[in-house]
Order: sequence, then C-alpha cells, then structure tokens
Amino acid sequence: MSDEPIVQFQGVTKSFGDLVVLDSFDLDVAPNEHISVIGPSGSGKSTLLRVLMTIERIDSGTIKVDGDYLWHMEREGRLVPANEAHLRKVRGKVGMVFQQFNLFPHMSALRNVTEAPIHVLGMAKEEATERAVELLNMVGLSDKMESFPAQLSGGQQQRVAIARALAMRPKVMMFDEVTSALDPELVGEVLGVMRTLATEHALTMIIVTHQMGFAREISDRICFIEGGRIVEQGPPDRIFSAPESERTRAFLKAVLEV
Amino acid sequence: MIWNWEFVWAEALPPLLKVVHITVLATLYGFAIAAVLGLLLALLRRAPVRLVSWPVVGFIEYVRSTPLLIQIYIVYFGLLPALDLDPTPFFAGVLALGIHFSTYTSEVYRAGIESVPRGQWEAATALNFRLTQKMFRVILPQAIPPVIPALGNYLVAMFKETPLLAAIGVLELLLTAKNTGSYTFRYIEPFTIVGVFFLIMSIVASLGILRLEDWLKQRRPG
Repeated sequence: MSDEPIVQFQGVTKSFGDLVVLDSFDLDVAPNEHISVIGPSGSGKSTLLRVLMTIERIDSGTIKVDGDYLWHMEREGRLVPANEAHLRKVRGKVGMVFQQFNLFPHMSALRNVTEAPIHVLGMAKEEATERAVELLNMVGLSDKMESFPAQLSGGQQQRVAIARALAMRPKVMMFDEVTSALDPELVGEVLGVMRTLATEHALTMIIVTHQMGFAREISDRICFIEGGRIVEQGPPDRIFSAPESERTRAFLKAVLEV
Repeated sequence: MIWNWEFVWAEALPPLLKVVHITVLATLYGFAIAAVLGLLLALLRRAPVRLVSWPVVGFIEYVRSTPLLIQIYIVYFGLLPALDLDPTPFFAGVLALGIHFSTYTSEVYRAGIESVPRGQWEAATALNFRLTQKMFRVILPQAIPPVIPALGNYLVAMFKETPLLAAIGVLELLLTAKNTGSYTFRYIEPFTIVGVFFLIMSIVASLGILRLEDWLKQRRPG
C-alpha cells in the first residue's frame, strides 16, 4: 500500500438541522484497504458514505479522493465549491451499493449493468455488454441477465447492484448495509461476492455493516464511530478481542450477544 | 311533434358528420401539445433556479385560474396577432386548448415524478448520470407509465371542451348544429345529436383508458 491515502476526510462536518451527524470527521483510507465502519444507529456511518458519494452535501471540511478534492476545486490557489463538471469527474472514482439495492425496475439485469458504462463512460454497446456479462457471471447470475429486478430475489438484486457499481470501474467501492434488507438465508450469497471482491480484486472497500463476523474476516481495519466521530479504530483482531474504549466494548458486547 | 326523425336523417345529421373530424382532430392535436408542453412545465417547475421555477408556477396558476374561453380569445385575438401571425381559428383554438390543458398535465407528470423513490435518484447519482440522463433514462420511464390513465382523463376532458372553439368560428360540431338550427328553426335535433355524439365518444374513450390501464399493469415487469 502506498502512503498517499486514496480517500481522505479532513474535519468534515455534516448536520441535518440541529443534529450533527459527522462532527469534524477525519479518516484516511489507503489504496486497496478494506475498512469496515461499525457503530450504533444514527452514529453517522451511512452519512459518511453518502457524502463521499455526493448524495449529501458536506457543511464544512474537505474530502479528497485519489488526490482530488471532491466537494471543492482549486482556483487561483484557493479552494472554492466544486462545479458539476468537477463533481462528476471525481465522483466517477467512487461506486456505491445501497441497502435497498435501488436497481432500475424498468431495465433488465443486463441493462442495469450496461446503462451507465454506455451513457456515462461512453463505452461501445458491445464492449459494455461483454463486460456486464463477465460481471454478472462473477456474481453468479449468468442465467438471470434478461430478468427484471422484480423477478429476482433480494440477494440476486443486490448481486446485480454490485455488478452495476463495478461496471463503472470505481477505485473505491462503498457498501451501505448491503445485507440489512435481505432475508437471513440470502445474506451469505451477497457476502460471498464481497469476499471474492476483497480477496481476488485490487479494490478499496469501505463497508458499513452489522455483520460483525464478516467485518472481522474481511477487513484490514475496523472503525467504530459514534456521534459522528471515530471513537476507536484498528486491526479487527484487536478491536474485537481487546477494544480500548469503553463505548466500543459496550457496543460490541451488545451486538455480539444478540 | 318535438322530435322529427325525417329531419334528423335529411338535414341535421349530414352536416354534423362532415365536421366530426374537426372535433376529433382538435382534441388530438390539442392533447399532443398538452402532453409535451405539460412535461416541459413539470421539468421547468423543478428547476433549482427560482428565476425559472417561479414564472412557471405563476404561469400554471394563471392559466388554471382563468376560463378557457378567455384564453382562446387571448390566443386568437391577442397573442398570435402580436407575434405577427395570422392564424386560422382552428390553429389558434388547438393551441389554446393545448396550453390550457398543459397546466393540468404538468401536475400529473409532477405527481408521477415525485412518486419515483428517492433511491432511484441516488443510484443514478452514484452511477454519475447527468441531470438530463437521470431524468430521461431513469426517472421518467418510471414516472410516466403509471400516470398515463390520468393523462387519458384529461384527453376526455379536453374533448368535452372543444365546443368552445365555436366562439372563434371553428366550424366544429356545436357551431354546425347552431347553423343548422338557425336556418331550419329546429334546434332540438342537431343539439341532441351533438350531445349524444359526445356521450358516445366519452364512453369509448373511458373504456379505452380502462383497457390501457389493464395493459400497463400486465406490461409492468414482475
């Protein structure tokens, strides 16, 4: 791993009304690092991903992706708010998979995966289709290419969503509680795909999850956040077996006892 | 005798049959304008710049709050001549109908757009679509099919307003019936025939909309 972080949050604050969701938040993510973000509901985990995906605006601070400011651009040596062109350029380095899948219901699985590469990246249809077929094979859906989302199970939809995000060739992939909306028996198939991604592909992954076993197995680092700040972070073995913070201990005790 | 069948077949019906197509065409052309302009208004109303969205809201409110007849006069006697155009009454009438009903169809489109889940916008952002691509590739294909029946209701409503075009001399069903009455001094037959015609066409159109709704439901994937 190189020294230069691929994602860098510096003093990022985000509030919804009076509620501060990210509070002077700092985080560096190294290239190809796999980070799992854990914490109680409302701790700011999802917002962390959503501001990095530019779905939510930040109030202050800066975020850098692969050396470029995300929400800002440099003009005459000063940082000014990014324009749409700049946002699109930097946003293209990041991909996201959502809790509720958010597949486009009017498109087949295959078209869900080819639509953005063709119309956003300007890829030729044949090339985009070839790549989509490859990705859908990788997530185990070679027989569901022409199915519409409503004809797929939750686990299958989520695997299409992973293929769709990967088709944009992001450098950083974010997973926002991707198994939370799934029936328990379907969780394994999605985690299996993520495990393959983590072990066989060079990809930076930021994972918000409640699957503690999976987080421990797949991550290089665990961040426990609460109140919009990192309370504790470190290698999974240390965080899970010897957390330093009382809050981390209490959280892990509560979730691992369930 | 109040009703005279001989008069119906010989004098009342033939001139009406000759102008049925005017009423139908005015409805279809007017609706085409309302369908396209309504979508444009719905999109402009969502513009993040108030300089764009507020005038659109003002325009919609004005058109919806004033009688269609006044708008027909404004378009025919005011707007088009002011633009140095010398419109036929049919053209002016169709344009006025289209503009008037576009303010209603814009609300239908708006409801459709707002019914698309937020997650669809977010997924489109995550895939880096431009705003126009989000709208035309992701949102509208989901927003429009469910509101087609509601749009169809406005087609029927517009159809029933076409007699107002008689006010600027469009020789459609009502004006033709009135003309027949004025030289035969029999009004009951021609006006009744016009009423029955509208009744039949409205029933046919409503049944068509119901069929369309069923077809759309079946066509929806899953």
